[in-house]
Amino acid sequence: MLKSQKIKIMIVAAALVAIAVIVPNTNSFVILLVTRALAFSILVMSLDILLGYTGLASLGQAAYLGVGAYATAILATKYNFGLGWDFWLVIVFGILFSAALAAVFGLLAIRATGVYFLMITLALGQCVWGLAYRWNSLTGGDNGINLRGRPKFGIDLANDVTFFYVVFGFFAVSLLLMYVLVRSPFGRSLSGIRERELRMQILGYNTWLHKYIAFIIAGGFGGLSGVLWAHTAGIVSPENVVLTTSVDALLMAVLGGAGTLVGGVIGTFIVIALREYLSTLVPWWQYVLGAVYVLTILYLPSGLMGIPERIRQRRNALGKPDDPKKLATAPS
Amino acid sequence: MNANFWIIQAFNGVSYGALLFLVGSGLSLIFGVMRIVNLSHGSYFLLGGYVALTVIWTTGSWVLAIPVAALTIALVGLLMERLFLRSEGLEYLRNAIIALGLAVLIGLAIERWRPIIVDGWAQFIVVVGIITVGLYFLLRRISVVAIEADPLRQVLLTVGFAFLFQQAALDIWTGNNFDINPPEALTQSVVVSGIFFPLYRVFMITTALTIGVILWLVMEKTRMGAAVRATVDDAQMARGVGVDTSRISMFIFALGAFLAALGGVIGGAFLGIYPGLDFEILPLAFAVVIIGGMGSLGGAAIGALLVGLADNFGKALFPEVSYFTLYAPMALILAIKPTGLFGRE
Amino acid sequence: MTNSLLRRLSPLLLGGCLALAMSPSQPAGAEELRIGYLAPTTGIFAAVGKDMVDGFQMYLDDHKKGFGGADVKFIVEDEQGKPDTAVTKAKKLVLQDKVHMFVGGLLASTGYALAPVSSKDAIYISSVAAADDLTQRDLAKFPYFIRTGWSSSQPSHPFGQWACEQGYKKIVAIGADYAFGYEVIGGFQRAFEACGGQIVQKIWPPLGTKDFGPYIPTIKADADAIFTLMVGPMSLQFPKQLAAAGNKKPVIGGGTSYDEFVLPAMGDEVIGHVSALMYSAAIDTPKNAAFVKAYRAKYGKVPSYYSEVNYTTAQMIDEVMTKNKGKYPGSDEFIKQLNAVKIDSIRGPVSIDDMRNPVQNIYIKKVEKKKMFGYDKDELWNTVIKTYANVNQFGQFKKDEFLKTPVYSRDFPPCKFCN
Repeated sequence: MLKSQKIKIMIVAAALVAIAVIVPNTNSFVILLVTRALAFSILVMSLDILLGYTGLASLGQAAYLGVGAYATAILATKYNFGLGWDFWLVIVFGILFSAALAAVFGLLAIRATGVYFLMITLALGQCVWGLAYRWNSLTGGDNGINLRGRPKFGIDLANDVTFFYVVFGFFAVSLLLMYVLVRSPFGRSLSGIRERELRMQILGYNTWLHKYIAFIIAGGFGGLSGVLWAHTAGIVSPENVVLTTSVDALLMAVLGGAGTLVGGVIGTFIVIALREYLSTLVPWWQYVLGAVYVLTILYLPSGLMGIPERIRQRRNALGKPDDPKKLATAPS
Repeated sequence: MNANFWIIQAFNGVSYGALLFLVGSGLSLIFGVMRIVNLSHGSYFLLGGYVALTVIWTTGSWVLAIPVAALTIALVGLLMERLFLRSEGLEYLRNAIIALGLAVLIGLAIERWRPIIVDGWAQFIVVVGIITVGLYFLLRRISVVAIEADPLRQVLLTVGFAFLFQQAALDIWTGNNFDINPPEALTQSVVVSGIFFPLYRVFMITTALTIGVILWLVMEKTRMGAAVRATVDDAQMARGVGVDTSRISMFIFALGAFLAALGGVIGGAFLGIYPGLDFEILPLAFAVVIIGGMGSLGGAAIGALLVGLADNFGKALFPEVSYFTLYAPMALILAIKPTGLFGRE
Repeated sequence: MTNSLLRRLSPLLLGGCLALAMSPSQPAGAEELRIGYLAPTTGIFAAVGKDMVDGFQMYLDDHKKGFGGADVKFIVEDEQGKPDTAVTKAKKLVLQDKVHMFVGGLLASTGYALAPVSSKDAIYISSVAAADDLTQRDLAKFPYFIRTGWSSSQPSHPFGQWACEQGYKKIVAIGADYAFGYEVIGGFQRAFEACGGQIVQKIWPPLGTKDFGPYIPTIKADADAIFTLMVGPMSLQFPKQLAAAGNKKPVIGGGTSYDEFVLPAMGDEVIGHVSALMYSAAIDTPKNAAFVKAYRAKYGKVPSYYSEVNYTTAQMIDEVMTKNKGKYPGSDEFIKQLNAVKIDSIRGPVSIDDMRNPVQNIYIKKVEKKKMFGYDKDELWNTVIKTYANVNQFGQFKKDEFLKTPVYSRDFPPCKFCN
């Protein structure tokens, strides 16, 4: 088990190095898309902490991306703040604002479970959207807010390759932090709550507090994702906080495999590749997207990351009479 | 702002609520019976409008468009529920549909990147046919996740379908913005003591009232209705006493789609019909369901009324926070009572 | 079984990775002119987007030998009427397709979002997006931006004066809540109040509003007229619902409220409504008559301003390319030459001022039901009732003073008479 864990870490590390080396040498459009995907996948991973490790499916995660992004844009355009060394302060603010929002929302949402949690996070997400969409004096409403230029401090982030490395750095650190988090005793209690909340309660865990803290941490990472997103896109608009953005994040996490962190990243890359790249090649790309979702949900209980596991199961089952029901009920 | 202002705004709010009732009641019933959040409910609304447009373009009859559209989409809902959300007994049909769909995609891909192999319709059909058969036998050997027992997966599946519907609608009806024009008679206004009441809004209110009363009668006075209520309260118990919950959920899903499509046809006259409307109407339908309580018809009616009024007065009086005033109460209600105001535990 | 599953999925994954890794950047052929075009081809603005693309495409079809012999590659992307989508698509055009220029963008807010994408690598020619400030206070920030269409408030300045001449004293303004709405209404307010009128109320329904139920009853009863600024599907719904609510006041509006993209679908309730724009399909000149007939024969509908400006934009690009014998002269030179173009276009004489915004005729137009250009049916037309010749973006105001005031917004000019 430990050995396979090591191998997995090696694979992820190798993949990260590969991205860092290969991507800057591709064409500039690919660099842009990968930067987008990296920024967004921080949000998807944060959602995975809730979904995969705590068992809470949120339909309002885009709200935290929105808060981070709007904070960045408003500070930059109204106060001319965050375009130099103070960019690092904006990162901190973005995380803090989103975490604070999550702390408020968490008070309302954490008690709910399952589909009810889905509904209440949807409602909370829509609150944020409503403000982004109509609170014109602050958010610019439909116009969105244009960021004119990226920060410059010693290095110039306007350069797409430099900016890619910065986002990549934040991504790698986030991945590491979240990995440490889910492997920590705290993370393990979260998994325990996901599996059987009642048992954890009997064992003396304050499950509410655990979930609440996880919710706030996820919100904070969402905020970080938002700050990076704002500078990646160059414009922040209500589109960033609409329901479909939250739905996307959830689907990306499930597509790659909930409860794996890395799965969410793979999911994000695939969806962005389909949406931004395949869409430039063929008009029927959305069927592919829909089909990928439907097939994953129907056939891959633990997402794309579960494929090797399924192959192993299949191998073990080989020689025995084919019994599809057995596989279906096998724990994933 | 005089009395007239309040009267006309209240009237507008109620008529908007009437439309929301049509969308929300179906969503609520589906949730009550199956415990799933149907995220393709907005698509039913939109598709209903599109089908109605086709009927109007071909026959010129708006009156005919209403039942045709609603029934067509009810059938779509029925198939989706029976073949994908719960497919016991019909796995072969589901596999065949998936195989065909995939085969068409693969065929398109071949045509796009290896045009030497596929050119012309006949060849395309042959290639797709062969791939379909191959995939069909392949799919038969792959087990499916038991999504009946997993509400989250069911929810996500409905999103997958929402995406597919979106693209299909784009291909069939183009990306244009259409309006459904009701008969001339309904575009007039009635004037009562100096206030103009658009007849179409009156029509919306009467339709919703009629549908509401019929639904209520069905739920309260028929065996079917009793079975539905029993399933909402406790599906397991209902099964125990001999209620065919499988048939109930099929019926309710179709009914929900029917109502949403009806809403689409009627709402299409003043909201328009265009890509993206599906995910715009969906959160509003959720607001109705959540405020009213999931699985409760009376709750949906009250929820729709409240949302309609809150939306209208919010836009007129506090434009800057108009949507916040709509969704914040919704979140609060949920936090206090997760099943909504009138929902049963 | 699962092997086959993997086999089935792997081409998908592989395809995705491959697609990402491949970079189909063709070598820039000396004779190729790559024009990226941004228009909403899906969503609520799709009808408008179609007119935009058709207008440009028609010029290309009519002038296959034009552009100094350059091989024009016309790449259309769907911007969905959303600024952030437009930015993504513009970057795709610039980075992936290596276009020399990108044209279009519908909304003014989209214009503001797109301008920062323009650079030495690819210039941005705004044929529709009328964002005022890009050719006013922001001019210096975007040296690779130029406009061939109009600035939002350009028709509003003469129109405000016209409204005074009609004897209107108090007007209620209702307009789409985004940059274009602020600028059209702001320009009208400045001009109207400069000659003694009063804007007594401003109502801002969100862009894309279809149900005006909440807004119409709030319109003040003591106003003489209503000024509307509608875009896309709003244009069709508002007059309908206004009529159904029993309105008796005269209605005037920004050009897009009654533009030909929607006029044929409108009902008789709009007859008599007056608007201002630099184009009308009913301009009674032989040039325009020929254009309307050709366009209608080709696309089955009357051209809108969106069709005309894009046709003319293509013509202006052609002019520059012809002068350079089909060789793209580089972005600095191209902007400079385009700026100097003077043409007698379908809508009248057009030149571009030193702040890179067109100088052109503004037409005051009244919706009438009549026969035109030999068509045998009674139809709605935007009959020109007055022409203001060669109007620039500042109209009757002095440029220096104008530029000292902030760009029109929700709060500027302030609504002095609103309470």
